[in-house]
Amino acid sequence: MFDLLGVSPQVLFGQLLLGLINGSFYALLSLGLAVIFGMLNVINFAHGALYMVGAFVAWLLLNYLGLGYWWALFLAPTVVGLVGMALEKTMLSRLYKLDHLYGLLLTFGLALILEGAFRHQYGVSGQPYPIPDLLKGGQNLGFMFLPNYRGWVVAASLIVCFGTWFAIERTRLGAYLRAATENPVLVQAFGINVPVMVSLTYAFGVALAGLAGVLAAPIYQVSPLMGSNLIIIVFAVVVIGGMGSILGAIVTGLGLGLMEGLTKVVYPEASNIVVFVVMAIVLLIKPAGLFGRER
Amino acid sequence: MRSLLLAGTALLTLTSGAAFAQMSNDVIRIGVLNDRSGIYADLAGEGSAIAARMAAEEFGGKVAGAPIEIVVADHQNKADIAASKAREWVDTGNVDVIADVPNSAAALAVQGITRDKKRIFLMSGPGATALTGAQCSPYGFHWAYDNYAMAAGTGRALYEQGKKNWYFVTADYAFGQSLEEETTKMVNKLGGKIVGSVRHPLGSADFSSFLLQAQGSKADVIGFANAGADATNAVKQAAEFGITQSGQSLAGLLLFITDIHALGLPAAQGLMFTEGFYWNLDDQTRDWSKKFEAKAGKKPTMVQAGVYSAVRHYLKAVDAAKTDDPDKVAAKMRELPVEDMFAKKGKIAANGRMFHDMYLVRVKAPGQSKGPWDYYDVVKTIPAETAFLDPALSGCPLVK
Amino acid sequence: MTAASQATAATATATATATLRGPDAGTARTALLFVVGLTIAALAPFALYPVFVMKVLCFALFACAFNLLIGFAGLLSFGHAAFFGGAAYVTAHAVKVWGLPPELGLLLGTAAAALLGVLFGAIAIRRQGIYFAMITLALSQMVFFMALQLKFTGGEDGIQGVPRGVLFGVFDLTQPLTMYYAVLAVFVFGFALIWRAVHSPFGQVLKAIRENEPRAISLGYRTERYKLLAFVLSASLAGLAGGTKALVFQLASLTDVQWQMSGEVVLMTLLGGMGTLVGPVVGAGLVVTLESYLAATSLPVPVVIGAIFVVCVLLFRRGIVGEILARLPGRKA
Repeated sequence: MFDLLGVSPQVLFGQLLLGLINGSFYALLSLGLAVIFGMLNVINFAHGALYMVGAFVAWLLLNYLGLGYWWALFLAPTVVGLVGMALEKTMLSRLYKLDHLYGLLLTFGLALILEGAFRHQYGVSGQPYPIPDLLKGGQNLGFMFLPNYRGWVVAASLIVCFGTWFAIERTRLGAYLRAATENPVLVQAFGINVPVMVSLTYAFGVALAGLAGVLAAPIYQVSPLMGSNLIIIVFAVVVIGGMGSILGAIVTGLGLGLMEGLTKVVYPEASNIVVFVVMAIVLLIKPAGLFGRER
Repeated sequence: MRSLLLAGTALLTLTSGAAFAQMSNDVIRIGVLNDRSGIYADLAGEGSAIAARMAAEEFGGKVAGAPIEIVVADHQNKADIAASKAREWVDTGNVDVIADVPNSAAALAVQGITRDKKRIFLMSGPGATALTGAQCSPYGFHWAYDNYAMAAGTGRALYEQGKKNWYFVTADYAFGQSLEEETTKMVNKLGGKIVGSVRHPLGSADFSSFLLQAQGSKADVIGFANAGADATNAVKQAAEFGITQSGQSLAGLLLFITDIHALGLPAAQGLMFTEGFYWNLDDQTRDWSKKFEAKAGKKPTMVQAGVYSAVRHYLKAVDAAKTDDPDKVAAKMRELPVEDMFAKKGKIAANGRMFHDMYLVRVKAPGQSKGPWDYYDVVKTIPAETAFLDPALSGCPLVK
Repeated sequence: MTAASQATAATATATATATLRGPDAGTARTALLFVVGLTIAALAPFALYPVFVMKVLCFALFACAFNLLIGFAGLLSFGHAAFFGGAAYVTAHAVKVWGLPPELGLLLGTAAAALLGVLFGAIAIRRQGIYFAMITLALSQMVFFMALQLKFTGGEDGIQGVPRGVLFGVFDLTQPLTMYYAVLAVFVFGFALIWRAVHSPFGQVLKAIRENEPRAISLGYRTERYKLLAFVLSASLAGLAGGTKALVFQLASLTDVQWQMSGEVVLMTLLGGMGTLVGPVVGAGLVVTLESYLAATSLPVPVVIGAIFVVCVLLFRRGIVGEILARLPGRKA
């Protein structure tokens, strides 16, 4: 069956596994976007920039405070979350009564500022970030060599993704959140501080981006431009999954990672376009996305 | 009233664009046009302007009685901004020379303008071989490197090291393909073999699957026919997947010292590629680079050193010709040997290519490096004659 | 109108705050405005550097085309670079490689943009608001990758050395002033077309759709067709602007198809004033001026542009022209 693709099963498994690793980045980033969109109805164009900030915070912690990867794993998302909360309180919150497009435009401007500022300060070549000692080396799986760090990335992001899904869909806090998106006035009447909840949601969403940034730092160069190309792909993932759908973001992220991995074997030139082709097809058949509902 | 206001706004908009003043012609004005904020900002950027100023200072800020002025602009990696800035400089700014211009599209656009308007163009940043090929110009001089030198030089030098079988990881667009093509031609000519290649889209973040395909090929050398972030990501991930440990060599086909600085030695060690300049070659280069570092805060790249050398040579030619007439200066530049810390006995061919020695370098292991920027072992000096494409084969109409 | 608009502010569409005002103010004023504008434009190349003014005009037309969609149909496209840059490539290729005269090159470029517009529109028009923006963004990204990989676009080098040629066999475009007036003519044509469209029954229906689509549907309008038509018109004019730019600068490159270009045209329109006819022209002029001014300073360009974006969104949502119109005494109620 595998020979149909002209590829041996070993290679295929290897590529699918690598696809899964990329997919877990997509899932983590699109999850953050979906959480923010679901709650605030804002498409966060600054998501890629905040992912970059997460990676940079990790690098700064290491180089100026000597705090290593494991510290960064907690501190960087916190910092990014706080930055996000500040942005939400001072700027985004003033736009909720207007058309949602203004949120998109504002975050687009913020993304330009963040990326430009880091570019100005640190140049564009990027900075090295080492793999933590504990995760150096790798496993020989027979069909491929899997670096330990990549295994860790998949595990960590799956745990975070499904943890988030569980928290939002299956807990009381999540129920408040979902209720507040439907009818904020009513939820407010129940004595819940909706504005604070909105701020925290935005902070959490961008903290996920910050976390993805830290996870990515040892694999990719820590560079001011690392988020700007990724963000467009992640947008496509969110559109395919159905905007605002938590499960849709996770499943589509992983699925597209696999699909991209497969394309890299069969027709590598197209691996950047495949996501957009899938998007066009999905939209023609199901305009609301795979897991979305028409609003 | 409203129309007046609107008209006023429109007028204001338009007039504020006319910032350029007319200046007298008694001055040699050198325009350093490059990327100051984007992907080439580190390897060219302000450093190139510093290098140009250093060349001017060596002449005491004056040549043939005329003061030397350096002006700077950011083309933001956009060919149209480069073109309009170059036109503006020539039409209204009395700029005599345009220097640097990384980004091939921008450089080709400026080459067209300087050819039409008869201004000297000193290219240090761009790599496209078309600049000294079909698109060559009597006023265009290509200085530091070009894609052929990087690709063919690395192919030849590695072959001589006994590494004969290549696998390419190639960025899928004209630039990557031409790097692959040039290297392939050289390797095949020498009797080596290309065992395979994989094309990746420009701007890929993840290279692991391409690297695994390369590893599976059992080639002696994995050649990265890409540049910038693509190249650094590929090299970094090759280290992660332990490819060098398994005995394969990695060769970059277009890398700069800033890329190695960005990667760090643990990830980059063992990588081989061709360079046009290294600060630690001899006393002269060390001296100059030390002065450069005092101003720029880092060691020069070959592009920045190339800007210095090209501007210096231009000024020397003006000094000798006692005029800034482009035709006479261009003739003088071709006539005089290029002799400075960057190029020893450099010569300019009819197509505008400046021939100078290139160097095959291997990146040091972290233990061997004595400090920041001590990154290369120079494995081999590639003599000028074999480093660049024979002008007769370049397709430049100026070569007869 | 004021009270009503305040009451519905919470649910208003993107452009409700920037309703069309200028051209409705009376024919005499409008005509005067046109004459003044045209005179300035006709005299501009004698006071300013012509290539610079031509660039402003190209981007002004691009922004006006974009504004037709966002300002009058309420659709935010984040993929207009595909039409602008796509047409630039086609025009450049037609003129340079096929040796066609400039007018045919422009026509082909515009037609290519229109075709792309039909394709994009067919997919994107079924969704609104943010969805629409993201779909157009993703589709334009596909065009970008194609431009990068197709043979005729020249990859990173772009198409260089495009000859300007002789327009209609009469006007020699290698002369800077002839080229300038040709660009001005293209701009006036495009601007007049947009003017006509906005003031036609078609434009009224678009505005109705923007304000309340379900109601327009219930009145019997097939809104999707109207939106698609607006989209294709906007794409074609963006293409016309792109093709003209390719002739002015004699090159077509990846810059014009990148998504950052789509962002730039949004900024021009937002800064000048969405939904006003003159706003995009002012916005384009300011942004182009700023870019050329910043190029010679050490300020980081993206940070400045981003900051303007943020300030506009937070404080001047009506844009410069919108604010001026809103503050003028005796504006039409």
